[in-house]
Amino acid sequence: MQTAPEFLRNYDFLSERETGDCPSVLCPADRVIEFVKELRDVHGYDMLVDLTAVDWDKESPRFMVICHFLSSQKHLYLRVAVNCPEDESPEVPSLAEIFPAADWHERECFDMFGIRFKDHPNLKRILMWDDYPYYPLRKEFPLAGIETPLPSAEIAEVTGTKVKPAPMMGGPFVAPAEGHVSESEPRARDESWTEDEPKPAKKIPETKRQ
Amino acid sequence: MKQKTEISLGDVASRSAQAESEIPTERMALNVGPSHPTTHGVLRLLIEMDGDVVTKCEPVIGYLHRGDEKIAESMTYNQFVPFTDRLDYLAPLANNVAYAIAVEQLASITIPERGQALRVLICELARLSSHLLGLGVYGMDAGAWTPFMYTFTEREKLYDLFEKLTGARFTTSYTRIGGVARDVPEGWLGEVKKFCNELPKTLNDVDKLLTRNRIFYDRTKGVGTISKEDALAYGLTGANLRACGIDLDLRKDKPYSGYEQYDFDVPIGSTGDCYDRYLVRMEEIYQSIRICHQVIDKFPSGPWYAEDAEKIFAPPKDKILTSMEELIQNFMIVTEGPQIPEGEVYFEAENPKGALGFFIVSKGGGVPYRMKIRAPSFSALSILEKMAPGHMLTDLTVILGSLDFVMGECDR
Repeated sequence: MQTAPEFLRNYDFLSERETGDCPSVLCPADRVIEFVKELRDVHGYDMLVDLTAVDWDKESPRFMVICHFLSSQKHLYLRVAVNCPEDESPEVPSLAEIFPAADWHERECFDMFGIRFKDHPNLKRILMWDDYPYYPLRKEFPLAGIETPLPSAEIAEVTGTKVKPAPMMGGPFVAPAEGHVSESEPRARDESWTEDEPKPAKKIPETKRQ
Repeated sequence: MKQKTEISLGDVASRSAQAESEIPTERMALNVGPSHPTTHGVLRLLIEMDGDVVTKCEPVIGYLHRGDEKIAESMTYNQFVPFTDRLDYLAPLANNVAYAIAVEQLASITIPERGQALRVLICELARLSSHLLGLGVYGMDAGAWTPFMYTFTEREKLYDLFEKLTGARFTTSYTRIGGVARDVPEGWLGEVKKFCNELPKTLNDVDKLLTRNRIFYDRTKGVGTISKEDALAYGLTGANLRACGIDLDLRKDKPYSGYEQYDFDVPIGSTGDCYDRYLVRMEEIYQSIRICHQVIDKFPSGPWYAEDAEKIFAPPKDKILTSMEELIQNFMIVTEGPQIPEGEVYFEAENPKGALGFFIVSKGGGVPYRMKIRAPSFSALSILEKMAPGHMLTDLTVILGSLDFVMGECDR
């Protein structure tokens, strides 16, 4: 049974991360392919159960890709974190070659965070539509969403509609205690705008599509 | 007078076989879905066909994407419970439990035995309801209508039980961080027991209708075979993985909520085809009934929520209304959310559809910093691109039915 300290001894490029549940290591981006291959072939971590990312907002490095491996024989989890070297155009090597499961998870990561995976066979959006201009899980993206054109240009032309932000921005909702019942519907704390009077636009730079 | 001419058909089989190689076939693109009965939700398949054979199949997902992970970052831990109902909406109770345990692991809370037993019971009832629907519609995908009526009737009874326990049939939102919303109502366990006693009779009927049914057998045997290696590499979990012959059940191998106390078998398939996936689910229903009986027979007494989880689980209502300290505590939990310490956790529960995982990063306070939901259906669908080519279009219906996915969870 390999625990995190043993990994650390065998692979000097790893560093340990503080964790409460399963062992967790931090691996530099340029060694991750080599390490994950060893994990699968030598240490028996034969399943990549999850791959995701965390946006640390103001910190640098800003984006961290986190993978969870499971050994189907020994029933052990291992968390491998990889920091994306650059904050502006984050890129890490793709694991899709080693674990086909990574294919879709990496596409989702790209879709939600804009992290590019080098040598990915088919890196395109998976949950949002192909022409969507933003990366929704980045911290600067507002909960309500940002006005964007409809995915289908033909329908947009005929109907003149757009994808509009949800009228619910502002976090935990408040309900005024006074007044008529119809007035005391829970509403957003931010009352500087209503559905009739739109919210003053906040400029968010449109992410460049590569 | 008309002259009779004799027409000889000759050897039809050999002629048609010869003709087949001569007829030029054109590649055809076919768009299935996103709204199509075969796709069990809003899945879209871009298919390329050569005659009747699928040469390429690309699943397009995201039609039910609601941004649950983004939403989770802006609300308290308890407020997110109703959103977990809508992941795998065929087994909301199991999702509630998986989510609650993930957050509790982060906060290092263990709930008392009664709460744990209750959670095991509702997880298994959710599995029954999900598998009953799954098998019913799977039969229907293969052309058998009757089993669906049988299993749906039983599922209806389960929903009545859910309503008595949680107040809702479908979107139960039953768990809270540190416990559940309320204790079991009086006489409810007896009703569950009665249901569990009666269910095998219907199951036997379904078993007789499907398991040895020649049509069903021919349509599923040897279709959609997944090798052990592929199943692991693509991250399949749950019944789909076990049908490929891999013995991995998180209830047995990574026991949570006291699953280690119960005696049950983990059914394993041998070839990993559609028929094996059917057999595994069928057997899992019987095993779930076994667990339910054991839970009810030794249902522990005592508290059903973590009493020491101050600032996390709201105190009892009568104390809130009479004591200042408890009132303040309740107020803080409702307004600021359960106070969860800093850290990160990854927890997977064995849900009906596979391993549902929650990866939560907390920076302290009542709102998660980041929450990732690892959906079993997402992984199950990703293998379609690999396994569909080479099958007939009609087989694709059966393959989709056998994977038993749900789009609410896949798209989140």
